[in-house]
Amino acid sequence: MQTPLDNDLTKRYREKFGGAILDAVEDRKQAYLVIDSAQLAEIASYSRDIEKFDLLEDYTAVDWPRREKRFDLVAILYSFSNNTRLRLKIPLSADQSAASLVEIWPTVNWLEREIFDMFGITFSGHPDLKRILLPEEWQGHPLRKDYDILQQDTAWVRENLGIESGQ
Amino acid sequence: MQDDAAQKQTLLGADELVLNMGPQHPSTHGVLRVKLKLDGERVRGTECVIGYLHRGVEKIAENRSYQQFAPYVDRMDYVAAVSNGLGYCEAVEKLLNVEAPPRAKVIRTIMTELQRIASHLVWLGTHALDIGALTPLFYCMREREEILKIFEKYCGARLTTHAFRIGGLQYEAYDTFEKDVERFCKDFERRIQEYVDLLTGNSIWIGRTRNVGVLSAADCIALGASGPVLRGSGVKWDLRKAQPYAAYDQYKFEIPVGTNGDTYDRYMVRMEEMRQSRLICLQAIENIPAGPILGKVGKVLKPPAGEIYHAIEAPKGILGYYIVSDGTTQPYRVRIRPPSFVNLQALDKMARGHLVADVVAIIGTLDIVLGEVDR
Repeated sequence: MQTPLDNDLTKRYREKFGGAILDAVEDRKQAYLVIDSAQLAEIASYSRDIEKFDLLEDYTAVDWPRREKRFDLVAILYSFSNNTRLRLKIPLSADQSAASLVEIWPTVNWLEREIFDMFGITFSGHPDLKRILLPEEWQGHPLRKDYDILQQDTAWVRENLGIESGQ
Repeated sequence: MQDDAAQKQTLLGADELVLNMGPQHPSTHGVLRVKLKLDGERVRGTECVIGYLHRGVEKIAENRSYQQFAPYVDRMDYVAAVSNGLGYCEAVEKLLNVEAPPRAKVIRTIMTELQRIASHLVWLGTHALDIGALTPLFYCMREREEILKIFEKYCGARLTTHAFRIGGLQYEAYDTFEKDVERFCKDFERRIQEYVDLLTGNSIWIGRTRNVGVLSAADCIALGASGPVLRGSGVKWDLRKAQPYAAYDQYKFEIPVGTNGDTYDRYMVRMEEMRQSRLICLQAIENIPAGPILGKVGKVLKPPAGEIYHAIEAPKGILGYYIVSDGTTQPYRVRIRPPSFVNLQALDKMARGHLVADVVAIIGTLDIVLGEVDR
């Protein structure tokens, strides 16, 4: 289902950023570029200003624990003028921190907080990086693959809810 | 003398007051906590605390098969369950490279548009109620009853419907389906007129909603706001027209836009959207193609490894599903892009400089459902 991609858009990105574009793939008619996290801010800026991807539709992460670079940050961009979408995938290792895109797309404020909450990925330059869906004192990052489906922060539950967690 | 003056200074000095609009509040539309930083009654800033309804739906998805996960998506935006189901089923169908048959697509479109009307009716009733107009709520609930009766006759449930299946539909449209939808749509025109008579020209309504919560088009796009919030600010864009899905490319409908980006404009946009949904339903029931309702999909779904992103225009905004498959029967990662979550970020920008009562109007106009914000 995955085929290598080499359309005009990819050529422009490769021309501008060279080796930072690690891969370009088309899967089920949707294009995505795998990029180097070191150049994330520049590529994001270029995508918004030159390629006209003015809407960051979604920003999330996927955990591949057996890979060397464990996380895949996934940004889904949409351009109103061209009516096209582009996915950017940024591999990150467990202790690496990514540049915050909040200056480029302000919508990313809560989206990055959710990624931090669920995966533990930190974003440098984020104005207020704290948990958003889980309580602030919760330990653990649930969407990681080593966090079991039945696991809970039993200490937090005992302290704050006054019950013994059933898990 | 000096002491008195100094004391008067501290008594009359304006310090910032933090007022908590707690998770339990009749006007927050669910469990939403908003910390308001006030200067007297003017809002200087807000901070939303969410997560009270977080159920870990994305983690659950990794432990269920594709069909088993479908009922969970209904429970996110529980006011518009059919739309959630449509987005998920279409996303998995794209992942599997199957297409629902034409009959299924048309019936899905009718159900989704009825659900859009129902969701906007809930919005209208509760928004008007928050602002102080008590009557529209009862009228809206009365209309919504008719739609929920149709849903119940179709799939057995009113709210969390699980109406669609991956590959099409499970249930045939029942015998009087077209007649029921037609009767509802024919009656609905004069009902919308009732709401318009109650609110649109009402000087109190205009006073409470004009110039409240203004969001410019550029801010909307920067903050990722979508749906009626984006259209109220003047951006004429709707995913049903831009990237049609289901059977939307077969029908003629307009995209309403506002001009000022204030609460009144968003109200007008949603009222017009209800009218347009009604027109889509009337066009669709005239010609529902005959044929099968379920495509060629096996009992055990094992999509080839890869990923897909599919978004639809839910009543609240862009609802997106990003699904990663690793070739097994359970998805590797399901990410749901919630329109209410992203729209709620705009609350801070919209509420600054307004009064406390306007915050209630702004939360209402954003049309959030906490089930979707928290998942």
